Amino acid sequence: MTPETTILLALGVPLIGALGIALAGRWPNVRETVTLVTAGALLLIVWSLFPVISAGGRPEVVLGEMMPGFTIAFRVEPLGMLFAGLASLLWIVNSVYSIGYMRGNHERHQTRFYVCFAIALSAAMGVAFSANLLTLFLCYEILTVSTYPLVSHKGDPATVRSARVYLGILIGTSIGLFLPAILWTQLAAGTLEFTAGGILEGKLTGPDVGLLLGLFAFGIGKAALMPVHRWLPAAMVAPTPVSALLHAVAVVKAGVFAITKVIVYIFGVDFLAGEPSGAWLAPVAAFTILTASAVALRQTNLKRMLAYSTISQLSYIVMAAAVLKPLSEIGAAVHMMAHGFGKITLFFAAGAIYVASKKTELYQLHGIGRRMPWTMTAFTIGALSMIGVPPTAGFVSKWYILGGSLQAGSYLAVFTLVASTVLNAAYFLPILYRAWLRPEAVPQKVDHGEAPWPMVVALTATAALTILFFLYNQPVIDLESQLVGRSK
Amino acid sequence: MDLTQQMPALQVVVPMLTAPILVFLRDGRLSWLAALVTSATTFAIAVALTRAVLGGAEISYMMGGWAAPWGIELRVDGLSALLLLVVTGASTLALLAGRQSLEDQIGVDRLPLFMAAWLLGLAGMVGILIAGDAFNIFVFMEISSLATYILIAGGPHRRALPATFKYLIAGTVGATFYLIGIGMVYMMTGTLNIADMELRLADVGDTSVVFVAAGFITIGMALKAAIFPMHAWMPNAYTFAPHVVTAFIAACSTKVALYVLLRLDFFVFQKNLVDHQLQFAYLLMPLAVLGIVAGSLSAIFERNLKRILAFSSVAQIGYILLGASLISVPGFTASVLHFFNHALAKLALFLAIVCLGLRFSRLRLSDLGGVGRQMPWTLTAFAVAGLSLIGVPGTAGFISKWALISAAMEHGGLGVALVVLIVASSLLAVVYIGRIVEQLWFGEMTADTAAVREAPPMVLAVTWVAVLANIWFGFNAAVPSGLAALAAEAFLRHLP
Repeated sequence: MTPETTILLALGVPLIGALGIALAGRWPNVRETVTLVTAGALLLIVWSLFPVISAGGRPEVVLGEMMPGFTIAFRVEPLGMLFAGLASLLWIVNSVYSIGYMRGNHERHQTRFYVCFAIALSAAMGVAFSANLLTLFLCYEILTVSTYPLVSHKGDPATVRSARVYLGILIGTSIGLFLPAILWTQLAAGTLEFTAGGILEGKLTGPDVGLLLGLFAFGIGKAALMPVHRWLPAAMVAPTPVSALLHAVAVVKAGVFAITKVIVYIFGVDFLAGEPSGAWLAPVAAFTILTASAVALRQTNLKRMLAYSTISQLSYIVMAAAVLKPLSEIGAAVHMMAHGFGKITLFFAAGAIYVASKKTELYQLHGIGRRMPWTMTAFTIGALSMIGVPPTAGFVSKWYILGGSLQAGSYLAVFTLVASTVLNAAYFLPILYRAWLRPEAVPQKVDHGEAPWPMVVALTATAALTILFFLYNQPVIDLESQLVGRSK
Repeated sequence: MDLTQQMPALQVVVPMLTAPILVFLRDGRLSWLAALVTSATTFAIAVALTRAVLGGAEISYMMGGWAAPWGIELRVDGLSALLLLVVTGASTLALLAGRQSLEDQIGVDRLPLFMAAWLLGLAGMVGILIAGDAFNIFVFMEISSLATYILIAGGPHRRALPATFKYLIAGTVGATFYLIGIGMVYMMTGTLNIADMELRLADVGDTSVVFVAAGFITIGMALKAAIFPMHAWMPNAYTFAPHVVTAFIAACSTKVALYVLLRLDFFVFQKNLVDHQLQFAYLLMPLAVLGIVAGSLSAIFERNLKRILAFSSVAQIGYILLGASLISVPGFTASVLHFFNHALAKLALFLAIVCLGLRFSRLRLSDLGGVGRQMPWTLTAFAVAGLSLIGVPGTAGFISKWALISAAMEHGGLGVALVVLIVASSLLAVVYIGRIVEQLWFGEMTADTAAVREAPPMVLAVTWVAVLANIWFGFNAAVPSGLAALAAEAFLRHLP
């Protein structure tokens, strides 16, 4: 099998899976098997590309040309490989978890849920492998639309209202800002191709650069850069598996991934570093990091707190990319993975707590560690990773981002990293304290233990990944070094 | 006699001769079927003609074997083939989707006469596109206009009558202006054949008579094409016409008038009048710009679904005119492409309106809150077609918007201003389409909307054919691009 066919398979297999899920809708066990088999197949397909990319290969498929200058094409490069690898790896874990969650919670419309999930994954693969801005844009929009039914899954008026905020902000920013940015790029550079070293050098100067960067940074609303972040807390009305895989990994990472890709392959790191008008992005990201952390501090609902934590963590990636130094670009890429492992674990734990005890608020969590030791151990590992404590994945990426910030001599970035670490600790540690050390409030409504076993297996697996990634991350670092090796 | 040789004549003759037969049919449903088959036949002929044109032939057909310029010539080139496809295709899809809606709004007993008027309207429009001489264009214009007045007056609401009357006045003034202009040119040249006119005008030269003739023709056709500020007749005519009729005429009728404007201004006068391009630079381009802004803004503040789309048409006509008024090959290409793509988007949108119209007698936004949750297929179709109207990549609308933007960029500072305008007005389209989708999907349900069912599968299927065409031509624009390239090539030959 050539790498080119592999790319098409990676895009096509989830779609075929979606069809299979729809057809098998009447037999839940068959349907879930289809989901798992599809997820497993996708994992194998995507990871079979890893050696090719590591060796420097850049397989490419052109699907068609809409008109001169606008092609639908896919090419795998290190950043996309990482994103696709992450999403496909976590999809299979998430599918196991979903089965436990959806059945344990007696949710309705489960077939629609799994179908939309598979379509969303196909769109995420498309985002990851897109070879130009137009393809990226199309897949990005499909991702938005296919996740809408997942967000509005419950269907009651409050949920639908939140889902409307979700759709409105994401579609509005992408058509209002992202699309004009793409057209401007095409007019200025004559191409939309992601090219090592960028395509805009010499084509655009002065304030235009900063303006175009702004259209991209705020137009790609999925990166949740403030003030375009409100859709993410709104999306928390979705069932927890959706929040876990999509709003901690696939959708939000699609956003920061797109911004990173635009910085590295459209602007070019060196070109942007030489343009003072583009320098505003890092401070804005720093502001988002700190503000979102401060807001998270004040949340009382567990999932909303995690959402604000995600907003803050996403801006780590944007800031790291915007610092424009080799180490920080690697840090940006690695943080996608590290944060993905940690945050999905946290969401899994939140969902497990909900299914087992119906608890959603922080003050209800007294002593829950003794009832759900596996879940809360995993939660602890995830929380430590968010703070960036070794031996967790979060430490690795923060290390690189810090290194890059020092390289750049950006004291703002260094200060932000330190301050946000303190803030992260300030909102995660009290939860751990409550869960492990405080006694339970005496009259418990339900006498519960752990959540259904598929959920426990899933969250244990991601917690293990969080630690494993700390111990063994060299292939990923090597892969992402190609990113800056090329453009430097 | 080889029938394939006679295709240009059959294109007009088939609907025109079927129309009187329909009058004698008693059965409403049978007359609908006959009209549908006739319309489909004209579409098949249009496809065959298009294939021939794309194959490199410029078709010229002499009626009765009388050679032009004395005989009547029928001509098909890239521009007219493209519009033939649009007109016959829109008519066929609208009829295919429209049986139930027509029976609701017109009544089975009146349907045979109504279908006859429909076919006459179709024959008239096709005739305008295919006629090679200016007077026959006038004749066909009158046929199609009179038939269209009947179609619009068939609307169920009494206000359809004043709307028709307004259209009738505007249409008659427009046609009369056109006739005056043609008369003047005939007086100077003694010919009515368009190709011949261009040659002979060169002998007469740049006289004020020709100059005034061009003015009459341009203004007359601008009136019929609803170019801002001569669009006042159009919103009500669209709103109060039967839904199926709106789907048909919104995709075609103004475009056909615009076609005549472009045909005569570019293919007859451009070469023969000194500084003719100033008319575009100082008159039509500003009108196009104003139309784009005013149409989009009005659409935002309208409350009736059909009026919103009607005002959006005012803006979209502005785009077509804007491309042409750049007087460059890319601009003309963009304009021709937008003929095609806007027709596709509007047809799909109004077919979705047909679906809604089967379930609701009033189409005000406030009456339709939350209906999308009951009619998800209809609403999704509307939303996708709306994306095409906005010009999102992956839909047909993007192709022509992009062509227009890149054409404008060739004009320096003015071009940048135009691009800003185009992008800004596309954002206005996001607002008015978004407003509809928002209200229809998320709005408060009323007792009416909560009880409603999804539209019948047949209507829905046709609507989706139109929607998928928007996507298909968004990825695969070979046919319209090929025709637009041919049209642009012809355009280039007629530049001074």
